Amino acid sequence: MTDLLASIGYARWALSALLLIPLAGALLVWAAPVQAAKRIAFAVTLVEFVVSVGLWWAYDPAGPVMQVGGWLPWIPAWGIAYRVGIDGISLFMVLLTTFLMPLAVLGSWSGITRREKAYYALMLVLTTGMIGVFVALDLFLFYVFWEVMLIPMYFIIGVWGGQGRLYASIKFFIYTFLGSLLMLVAILVLYFSAGRAAGGVYSFAYDHILRYASLPVSAQFWLFGAFFLAFAIKVPMVPFHTWLPDAHVEAPTAGSVILAGILLKMGTYGFLRFAVPLFPRVAMSPAVSTTVITLAVVGIIYGALVAMVQPDFKKLIAYSSVSHLGFVVLGIWAMTVQSTQGALLVMINHGISTGALFFLVGMIYERRHSRLVADFGGLARVMPMFAAVLTLVSLSSIGLPGTNGFVGEFLVLLGTFRTHPVAAGIAATGVIFAACYLLWALQRVIYYALDKEPNRKLPDLTRREWGVLVPLVVVILWLGLAPGAVLRRMEPSARHFVAMVENRVPRMAGLTPEPGPPPAPASPAAGGAAAGGRAR
Amino acid sequence: MTPLAGGIADWVGLAIALPFAGFLVNGLLAFVAPRRRALVGAVGVGSVVAAFLVGVAVFLALLAAHPAEPYVVTLWSWIPAGRLQVDAALQVDQLSVVMLLAVTGVSSLIHVFSLGYMGDDPGYARYFAYLNLFVAFMLVLVLGASFPVLFIGWEGVGLCSYLLIGFWFEEREKADAGLKAFLVNRIGDAGFLIAMFLIFKHLGSLDFQAVFAGAPTALAPGGATVTAIALFLFMGCVGKSAQIPLYVWLPDAMAGPTPVSALIHAATMVTAGVYLVARANVLFAMAPVASAVVAGVGALTALFAATIGLKQWDIKKVLAYSTVSQLGYMFVGVGVGAYAAGIFHLVTHAFFKALLFLGAGSVIHMMHRAYHHTGRHADAQDMRNMGGLAAYMPWTARAMWVATLAIAGIPPLSGFFSKDEILGAAFARGAAQPFYYVVWAFGLAAAFLTAIYMTRLMLYTFHGPNRTGEAERAHLGEAPGVMTWPVVTLAALALVGGALNLPHVGTLEHWLDPVTEASAAFLPALAPAPGVEIALMAAAALIGIGGIWLAFRALHPETLLPPERAPRETGFARLLLEKYRVDEAYRAVIVRPLVWVARNLLWRGLDAGVIDTAGVNGSAAVARGLGWLGSRLQSGQVTSYLVIFVLGAIAVLAALLHPSLSAVYHLWAR
Repeated sequence: MTDLLASIGYARWALSALLLIPLAGALLVWAAPVQAAKRIAFAVTLVEFVVSVGLWWAYDPAGPVMQVGGWLPWIPAWGIAYRVGIDGISLFMVLLTTFLMPLAVLGSWSGITRREKAYYALMLVLTTGMIGVFVALDLFLFYVFWEVMLIPMYFIIGVWGGQGRLYASIKFFIYTFLGSLLMLVAILVLYFSAGRAAGGVYSFAYDHILRYASLPVSAQFWLFGAFFLAFAIKVPMVPFHTWLPDAHVEAPTAGSVILAGILLKMGTYGFLRFAVPLFPRVAMSPAVSTTVITLAVVGIIYGALVAMVQPDFKKLIAYSSVSHLGFVVLGIWAMTVQSTQGALLVMINHGISTGALFFLVGMIYERRHSRLVADFGGLARVMPMFAAVLTLVSLSSIGLPGTNGFVGEFLVLLGTFRTHPVAAGIAATGVIFAACYLLWALQRVIYYALDKEPNRKLPDLTRREWGVLVPLVVVILWLGLAPGAVLRRMEPSARHFVAMVENRVPRMAGLTPEPGPPPAPASPAAGGAAAGGRAR
Repeated sequence: MTPLAGGIADWVGLAIALPFAGFLVNGLLAFVAPRRRALVGAVGVGSVVAAFLVGVAVFLALLAAHPAEPYVVTLWSWIPAGRLQVDAALQVDQLSVVMLLAVTGVSSLIHVFSLGYMGDDPGYARYFAYLNLFVAFMLVLVLGASFPVLFIGWEGVGLCSYLLIGFWFEEREKADAGLKAFLVNRIGDAGFLIAMFLIFKHLGSLDFQAVFAGAPTALAPGGATVTAIALFLFMGCVGKSAQIPLYVWLPDAMAGPTPVSALIHAATMVTAGVYLVARANVLFAMAPVASAVVAGVGALTALFAATIGLKQWDIKKVLAYSTVSQLGYMFVGVGVGAYAAGIFHLVTHAFFKALLFLGAGSVIHMMHRAYHHTGRHADAQDMRNMGGLAAYMPWTARAMWVATLAIAGIPPLSGFFSKDEILGAAFARGAAQPFYYVVWAFGLAAAFLTAIYMTRLMLYTFHGPNRTGEAERAHLGEAPGVMTWPVVTLAALALVGGALNLPHVGTLEHWLDPVTEASAAFLPALAPAPGVEIALMAAAALIGIGGIWLAFRALHPETLLPPERAPRETGFARLLLEKYRVDEAYRAVIVRPLVWVARNLLWRGLDAGVIDTAGVNGSAAVARGLGWLGSRLQSGQVTSYLVIFVLGAIAVLAALLHPSLSAVYHLWAR
């Protein structure tokens, strides 16, 4: 497979193709008759997925940190260029995106009946935006994609959403936009700082900024704060999370799937790619690190407890995301190889399992036009296959061993325990609360007597719905039973991430000995940004 | 070179794969052809019997080789992450094979029994699918070669327990009982997880072999680390094996079909905690404080649950509390360091308790049928509706008497030997640590109560006049052969099971030596002096006989009234009937406050109130206000612009003087 890909020069054009195919598809959807819109969109996302699968082989875990590149000058005078590439982190974020998009399109077929062309065109533009965020290696380009993806999502919630869609979409937009504006300022400061330190070579390139940006720690603190806020809103971390339940409840099914499955991951991806590596001394300073870890643990427990008492199934899942993403943040800040790999895995798992949960809730919503848990009951009697899939997906979401959810949470907690045992110990109780909120809801939806008249004649899953669910179930079991191939591809990047931070934070060196393969080739960034100032 | 390589031991995974395949087939049939009962039954029973045969073959291979080291079959690499390398690997050794045989053997009999018991149920295929899945997970639990693989089985059996307790999910309390079991178990599982994290942090591995070989040198015996590991592991056991304070799910679990109670909630799953302590015997032996906690909790649970068993009317509830109590014995065994004795009692208990549950199942089945015939709605599980059933169900009655004598510890039945060994070991340890005399006394008292409540169950169910009803009596009779034969087979095992480990012969004990010998260095001698041993045995036997005698003297089945006419209990009897009101206390102290805090304080108060209304919408209102203010400021008056200009200049200057902001500014200005 690797040879085949090399023979067609896959690595040179793959990422650019992944960015262009959806845009071209959007134009096609726009030009085609309305009846064909959904089929074209589905075909385009399928092509996109097929093209992206090659990345699995094209990415060589033993190779350099960033691979499968692409470079074109854009605004040379300002050092802005189209620079893309992937490592073991973004590889899986791209694959998660391309995997979920065909399902999201297919899952929208019966739910979206108004303005279909615009809807599917926006979905495709959104795809480009999301992939762009994950592959951009130029901070300006990253920022552009970050904003590009915001707009289609705003419309998807605001136009095709539920009753309170206006409030929800504006809340979503203002929240995210506020964070990203601060981030833009921080990017510009970094740009000038790095340019000056590099002797007048101004560039937005990630490597360049990582290597040269040098600021007093006190200034780093503010810049870190700007990045952190932008990403923390996106994750979302408590207390910046209240836009999420509203957005989820109002968004159409596919919107919720993409929001939870991919958009939230941009926050944690931002931590891994920017906030922590650019400002390791601030991020890992005792005060900041303690605060973040506390917020993460609070998010795990708080999200679960609030989820437990939600009458609306979709809101329940939304709050469960707060809990799950808390594990990701915890894993990142714990700064061990296992916890970082675990965090990456939880990011994938959450996309799969929570995505599947939103699909399933959407399926009963389309039948019954209600999302209230109390309106259901006894569905296992009329929709046994639906009940079986919902049970399996719920179990994966609460981390039953043998499903994907377990491996991720286990690695996060195991790794975290080595550096922050108390936080890991408290977070471990999250597995109890997760079972509480999800199984309790499951119980009230599929079990008990089938005593509500409108539920008596609900049809079981259709073939199209099976088409959406089967790939998700397969991945749930695959990642639960044999995640080795995925973990091995992540490991060098996780190791590199930890080594990069530890090399630049003297306090941490030697704190977490990790025998095994030697760290990835010395990072170009080592000793860069931390050059000035005393530790805060 | 191990002689097991290349033989049947390499195929031990088949024992898991076969029932799992049975689950897949029956699960599919449940959707596409739920009426193919014969096929469902053949797959369900056949896959488990085949697993039993695999178990026998592996046992014979192990018998021939009797290796000193466990034989590990690695299937694939499960979680490779840096230093953590967890393989999907199975372990064949003396302990896992004992469990393999016990689990598949008892499961086979219970699957056969289920053919009859569940014969009329519309969920027949679903039932066998769940039951097969349970066997597969239980075998993962006992065969897993590392803590995480064991944990797959550990939570997997919990899942099956949840599904089977709530099998008749349309009845709310049954579905809720399943959920309760899962949630209470998860509390223990959180402890199990923390124990694994501790083990990995200090020993760098989670594989049994590496951990147990490394622990004696890497950890200080009696130190805080090993004590914490053992206690957190035991927290998992307390959940899974229904010990104080997490036992509350097991009596509710009786909501499931009775064969499920026999298999999962008596013979196999609930003993997993005992297995885990025996498996990790090195860690527990190194942590005397943790071991004392294990033995203490076990003794307390044994006595506490036995008292509740005295006053229950539901035949299955008596057996449920009896199970909780007997599990307490097993923990006394493994807590005092008599690991082989704990496993011995686990095996004999699997025989006689599975028998008692299946027998009770036969009784309930026939009672149910009688009521069904006449259309009367009465409780088919309430012993006050039974009485005199020995005349109708002679084989069931005889078999259950065997089990009763066994559990009461009457020689020479199996329970006598296994219980005696545990009590003897506890007494022997008392010489060095008087605490264990208390443990022993608790055990002895519980044995006395056991004899009483079991005799009570037998008297009220099978003897005295029949209270089922005039019309119903005609429909009572012996259960069909497919249900009676498994019961009789188990009776034979309960009768002679003591031969597995006779005093001074100690077949099972020697067999388990390779597994337990590493812990011997940390333990005092557990054998009582010969004279004392005889005295203890006599005392145990007399206690059992005394309990039975007392029950016969004090209880009068002929005066019993059906439940609707029975007088209400008062005083302590009522407290026992109401199970000390522990469930109510948990509900009032933990469940309700937690939900209240989550709903009113966190969600409505903090989330919707403070953050959203005051914070988010509040700042929106502030922004709107500022906008209004701004529009006011655009007054066109030059003087007011001047004032604002001066204020702004002061603000900028202040910012420049502030050190952290000035750093940012200087970058721009340079």
